[in-house]
Amino acid sequence: MRTPRLSSLAGAAALCLLATTACSGGEGGGGGDDRMHVWMYQDSLVVVQEGAVERFNEASETEAVIDQVPGDNYEERLRTAMGSSEQPDVFFNWGAGSIEPYVEQDMLHPLDDLLAEDPELAEAFIPSILESGKVDGVQYGIPLRGTQPVMIFYNNAVFEEVGVEPPETWEDILDLIDAFTEEDVIPFALAGGDPWTEQMWLQYLVDRIGGPEVFARIHGGDPEGWRDPAVLEAAEMVQDLVERGAFGDAYASVKYTEGGASTLLSEGRAAMHLMGSWEYSTHLDQAREFAENDLGYVEFPPIPGGTGDPANVVGNPTNYFSVTAESEHVEAALEFLKYTSQEEYVADMVENGEVPTTANAEEAVADSPNPEFAVFQYEMVRDAPHFQLSWDQALPPNVATPMVTEIESLFNGQITPEQFVDALAAL
Amino acid sequence: MTSGTSSPVTGGAARSGPATGATGTGDSGTGVPAGGSRGRSARATGPRTGRPSAVWAVPGLLYFGIFAALPMVLVAYLSLTSWGGLGSPEFIGLQNWTRLANDPLMHRAVWLSLLLTVLTWAVQTPISLLLGVWAAGPQRNRAVLSALFFLPLLLSSAAIAIIWRALLDPNFGPLAWLGPVLGMPTVNLLGGSHSAFLVIVFVSSWQFIPLHMLLYQGGARQIPASLYQAAEIDGAGRLRAFWHITLPQLRHTITTSSVLMVVGALTYFETVLILTNGGPGTDTTIVPFLMYRAGFRSWELGYASAVAFTLVVVATLVALLLVRFTGFGSMRSTKEGL
Repeated sequence: MRTPRLSSLAGAAALCLLATTACSGGEGGGGGDDRMHVWMYQDSLVVVQEGAVERFNEASETEAVIDQVPGDNYEERLRTAMGSSEQPDVFFNWGAGSIEPYVEQDMLHPLDDLLAEDPELAEAFIPSILESGKVDGVQYGIPLRGTQPVMIFYNNAVFEEVGVEPPETWEDILDLIDAFTEEDVIPFALAGGDPWTEQMWLQYLVDRIGGPEVFARIHGGDPEGWRDPAVLEAAEMVQDLVERGAFGDAYASVKYTEGGASTLLSEGRAAMHLMGSWEYSTHLDQAREFAENDLGYVEFPPIPGGTGDPANVVGNPTNYFSVTAESEHVEAALEFLKYTSQEEYVADMVENGEVPTTANAEEAVADSPNPEFAVFQYEMVRDAPHFQLSWDQALPPNVATPMVTEIESLFNGQITPEQFVDALAAL
Repeated sequence: MTSGTSSPVTGGAARSGPATGATGTGDSGTGVPAGGSRGRSARATGPRTGRPSAVWAVPGLLYFGIFAALPMVLVAYLSLTSWGGLGSPEFIGLQNWTRLANDPLMHRAVWLSLLLTVLTWAVQTPISLLLGVWAAGPQRNRAVLSALFFLPLLLSSAAIAIIWRALLDPNFGPLAWLGPVLGMPTVNLLGGSHSAFLVIVFVSSWQFIPLHMLLYQGGARQIPASLYQAAEIDGAGRLRAFWHITLPQLRHTITTSSVLMVVGALTYFETVLILTNGGPGTDTTIVPFLMYRAGFRSWELGYASAVAFTLVVVATLVALLLVRFTGFGSMRSTKEGL
């Protein structure tokens, strides 16, 4: 009699499992009710969008709700939802390459008409930023966040202690590397465990050496573009930096997401850190005293002989809202997008330390918690002839994934610059 | 994946069922022939003897069918398509499979997976065997120490990986100050090709040795004390008793534990994802991680399915071979003749 009882237990267990999986299928996801679902990447800045939703709900018949998706695998979750019947109505994205697959499947609602009908909305944003919300010349994304240019952050106290000045030229950078390594300070903090931080170096080097045209060709779908001499030169410079000890010798084990690189800078064990503008908020949150007293920032210097405009910027122009074509609330969603250019929305962003991408942001950033940094960022972006979106966001994922791995291998010295170029051209 | 590869394990467990049944009859003194005749008479007198009818298998079969067999069929189909997770999969015949056969990354991943499997087995088996046999004894402090050794098993894989990431941090982890003391000026364990791989082997051992220790402890406790008493009378020392009694008696436990280890190592994933992310470069990109990378980073779900299907087939074959060549499948009791 033992066996039957056991298997009935097993049967009951199986049924329970079935029941729980059935239940968990109901939670989360986009649709399923009458509300308009707005998907947001979960972080401390979402309060701005929640304010917008509150104002929207007061004025509109459709009820909007924000679904915060944990950041780590936002793109995986989004893509899975987009492939199902649980699509969000409005969703956060990085514009350009990040929404291209959805555009190819006609899953997004084109926004050209919206901008044509409402010229005020079209003029509300910095044109180069709005441009990155386009795919094949059609507008699919409306800017929703502050701008995130990449720059060199530095620790003022360390610079004073060693008796050196922040870099203005490439020569300065090389001299500083020697000066700091002699003092046993890591010249540049680098989180090699998260290769997208290494990608920032290559993006700037390639842009400064060969201009935005080099990556534009690659982005256009021509892998031979990687064979441009600018890419090889940039890769050789990376190799040179690594050999000079610019990043110390344990960077390959450091993760950015665990604060490994940022802490090196704030504790003065590293002198500089090439990072996106969010680095400022990170320090404000985790090392307030350092952020307020000793955190400095400069633009990436020009490269001798380079043809790229030194005013060019790389990073994330901003994030965008897109509307799904099959949404039941397209009209309401379009109305909601207009809220991103409203005064209250912009004021909320500034209060949060963001630098808005609206054309009138210059006056608004005066109210920022750190007006000096906000104005620096704003002018950097406004005056940039070209704002290069992060390569891994601009390229389709099946190219970006192996590319990021090759970048990591280059920095680790596992491949030579020539092998790097060959590997990328073969993608 | 886990559902697919769990089949050989459940297969093994199902086979071990009748084997323990035979052990039971041996213990109760009825002997093997009695067991055999009972089986025959059961068929003659109908289901009343307590044998469950096929209906009892329905929940299990349904569960297996929906969550293991059906997905496997779908994966086999997807491996013949090009699909990015959006729209409909496009049938492209064997393209994914020819790509798979010629992909240097896949070749490397297969090699690394095999290496991981062999190392996992070679490291974990001796340690857990010795610990398990020791834990089965009557020594002082045994219970306390066993409980301590058992602790890692209570943590989730993700938590373990995050803990070890923090411990191995080159600047802020304990190794940052311990390294120089031990003669390593920089601790770049996760950033070195070989060291990162060895870290994976080490962390997986740290995590799973307790489980296998438990298996061996249970196995060792079942060895009749009379065997050791007889050996003692014959003048055998502890080493000889271990070699000639404990090891042969643990034969089936070793097989069970080995199958779990091998299949576990072939499908090992979370720790790699969190600890090394397949890196540095692709130096810890084992087959399951390659599958994830192709599927959910590159969004080449067709290709990822081909990788997944290969993994299922290989893991199943390896488990079957293990069961066959260790004599586990013949269901012979270790207590025959006692």
